[in-house]
Amino acid sequence: MPEHTFRVNGKQVTVDVADDVRLLWVLRDILGITGPKYGCGINVCKACTSHLNGRAVSPCSIPVSDLEPADEVVTIEGLAATAGAELHPMQQAWLDHDVVQCGYCQPGQIMAAVALVHRVAAEGREITEADLDGLRNICRCGTYARIRAAIKAAAKNM
Amino acid sequence: MNRRRFVGYVLAAPVLVTAADLHHGEPAAADLTELLDLNDIMTAAALPTSGLISVEINPDGTASFALPRAEVGQGITTSTAMLIAEELSLPLHRVRVTLADARPELLFNQLTGASNTTIATYTPIRVAAAVARHRLLEAAAALFGAPVTGLRLEDGVITDRAGRRVGIGELAATAASPKTLSVPVELAPRESFTVIGKPHSRIDARDAVTGRKKFAMDLDVAGAKPAMLCRPPTINGKVGAVANLGEVLAMPGVTDVVTVSTGVAVRAETFGQCIDAVRALRVSWRRGTVDGKSDATVLAELAAAELPLGPRPPTPVVEGRFTFHFRSNSALEPNCAIADVRGGRAEIWSGLKSPIVAKQAIAARLGLPLGNVTVHVTEGGGSFGRKLFFDAALEAAEVSQKIGKPVKLMWHRADDARQGRTHPMATSRVRVAYAGDVVLGYEQRHTSVTTDLGHGLGELFTAMAAKLPIGDAAFAQTFFQFSHTSPYRFGVHSRLLSETGKGFNTGSMRNVYSPDTTCARELIVDRLADRMGKDPYRFRLDFLRDERARAVLRQAAEAGGWGRALPAGVAQGIAFHSEYKGVSAALMEIDCRPETVNRPIRDGVGGPRVTRAVFAVDVGLVVNPRGLEAQMMGCVMDGIALALTSSLHLRDGYFLEASWDNYFYTRQWNTPPDLRIIIMPSSSERPGGAGELGVAAAMAAVACAYGRATGTMPTTFPINHGTLSFTPKPTIPPIPASPTDGGTRA
Ligand code: FES
Ligand code: FES
Repeated sequence: MPEHTFRVNGKQVTVDVADDVRLLWVLRDILGITGPKYGCGINVCKACTSHLNGRAVSPCSIPVSDLEPADEVVTIEGLAATAGAELHPMQQAWLDHDVVQCGYCQPGQIMAAVALVHRVAAEGREITEADLDGLRNICRCGTYARIRAAIKAAAKNM
Repeated sequence: MNRRRFVGYVLAAPVLVTAADLHHGEPAAADLTELLDLNDIMTAAALPTSGLISVEINPDGTASFALPRAEVGQGITTSTAMLIAEELSLPLHRVRVTLADARPELLFNQLTGASNTTIATYTPIRVAAAVARHRLLEAAAALFGAPVTGLRLEDGVITDRAGRRVGIGELAATAASPKTLSVPVELAPRESFTVIGKPHSRIDARDAVTGRKKFAMDLDVAGAKPAMLCRPPTINGKVGAVANLGEVLAMPGVTDVVTVSTGVAVRAETFGQCIDAVRALRVSWRRGTVDGKSDATVLAELAAAELPLGPRPPTPVVEGRFTFHFRSNSALEPNCAIADVRGGRAEIWSGLKSPIVAKQAIAARLGLPLGNVTVHVTEGGGSFGRKLFFDAALEAAEVSQKIGKPVKLMWHRADDARQGRTHPMATSRVRVAYAGDVVLGYEQRHTSVTTDLGHGLGELFTAMAAKLPIGDAAFAQTFFQFSHTSPYRFGVHSRLLSETGKGFNTGSMRNVYSPDTTCARELIVDRLADRMGKDPYRFRLDFLRDERARAVLRQAAEAGGWGRALPAGVAQGIAFHSEYKGVSAALMEIDCRPETVNRPIRDGVGGPRVTRAVFAVDVGLVVNPRGLEAQMMGCVMDGIALALTSSLHLRDGYFLEASWDNYFYTRQWNTPPDLRIIIMPSSSERPGGAGELGVAAAMAAVACAYGRATGTMPTTFPINHGTLSFTPKPTIPPIPASPTDGGTRA
């Protein structure tokens, strides 16, 4: 079987799996990294959201063969380390606002939120309500309002 | 009678384990002729075995408790920990709450439904913790040679007047008893509460935000490889023949392919390979249970089954007939379970709200004695009624038994949407007779596709039926009557339910009937107010029976600025709902102007936007206001979805919706920018349930606001059901291919 090498949460990994297996299953079923969740498998719910070279992506819809050895995948498990702390400011804001209900969507929500704040900062502007309206992650428990409050708070500390 | 004095137990164990026994202690609630609503029935049914729940003091100074309920996001592990922390004067982080495995001896006391958890467990958990406190103080007194009266327990440490200190962990063994003792205790008075009633964040939040929280599919069970099913193109269709089993078995990663009662199961190294294998299977299918049916045929069935209203009175009347389409109660975590069935034994892991019924059903399906089946309750990724059923656990057990290997079985989202449980389609007809300023009578005929309640609630009612004050009415009718109170002074009430049409996989969805029946009633109330020339808010205030009800309504109206000037196309609606010993009122402001309604949204729907939502709630004693606020926020999001955007379209025996880009649950772009939850101070000594309470008033207020903004009372829900806003995905293969654009399409 083909080998695929890339980086996950700061470590180089090599997996032996068919080219077209999507990254989500490589993470969850082969590497045992279960923070990214399955919610649709077709790039609409965003529960699996993780970072690829700093951008928010949907691993359920990325064939593992798309990854190069230098590509850096960060999942919720590796997020805090990118801020060099025990918790990323976004995770801390999530705790401060007690955002979580069942928690199933939250790893994806947090990863999407971090990428949004970075993107908006790179564009040299503040987060707007329209930016928050544009977040596509579903929360079936309906935690949307606290998510918005937490993102605004975290943006100040990032 | 002292309502805080109870008897508890110290159980024979090497460390201190205490339990509650309410047989002698519980006042009033056991008097079955005084049952007021559904929750009284559930609580009373749970009484005889409540004594079996226990609190354990560990040598490391923590207390642990296995909660016989399911945590699916509603925050009951946190509120339970708070009860124990209160009685034991222990910091919250030193209380460990886990979910108990299925315990058949608990009978009805292990069913998580109807927002009953806090109502039923509030006292027993506190009694068990209070017994532990009592024993620990006695053990410290013996250690110090000082009287108990001079001791203080604070932060898990006991001190005496001389300043000697001992942690409760050090007393865990000495406070234990070699034989079971019964101990009278007095619970902490409400005035002294330092934990209960104060806002606390969820105890599992840190695990959730770091990705450490484990749901069923995250568990590492040896040998349990991913499994999925190839399912029929119509609801509950059956497998005929599989044309290419060998070919699929040879696909990369695939280890097993086997036909089971609900489809063709594949097991593989990864779920991705399961998806490919399911898509590759060529299966001929037999008929389903509702083949040929569509929205229109079901509506006709409902119309035929509707019970007649009484004779038309000679006075003026207001009438309306409302339709509520099928809705999906999918949680974000799809149906899933791990099963290991080998050597005449079965072990199951799943997020289950009725684990005892699940265990019995699984044992029967597998042909195993009950004692050979172990059912572990895992943390659930949302429920909304779905996890009262155990469809995936039963299926996983069957697959594992057939192939003789452990499986981690998950439904694809398309399966979950199309073959999963739905909230049944229903119609509600309302007629109100009035004369001048007086309402003479209120009639409601609710007609629904049959709701499957066969997950324990039914058994619970059957067991209690002989003692119910309303005799031997059919169970669903009983449930309907008991979950509906009459908040308004509307003269003679008559409310009847009729159910029709089996064959659908139905269930409750954050309540069974209330959101629909309340929405219908509140729309008619608006119309009645209009006929009488009264303001909708003033009208409700005048007709609501009790002061708690008027207080929440007033609160919502005042905080929401009822009656403020708004542009044309933007309007407010207000609605009231009471249930679960709680009262609630919602004020919604909705923007129905074309520029808002037609704003572009990719792979989703915009439509009218609720711009302000104010929700006032009084559930009685609040254990955790921060948790209650979260629950009400979720209820508001559900109410918005039910009124405006989310439904299933039935065509030719299957639902068109197959994922979240078809089924329009509330998204960020539908949320109210201004959302306020107001929790009323309460003088009640008893807590109320809350997990579902808020949906009805929220949905109804959105509907009323929409009616006032557009000048037309809506009669079909959700209001966008008539427009299909997506291209339906194929039914063969039953699940969509995995895309490749996850790195580029944000
Ligand atoms: S699982 Fe990846 S977007 Fe839904
Ligand atoms: S917290 Fe449950 S789906 Fe978002």
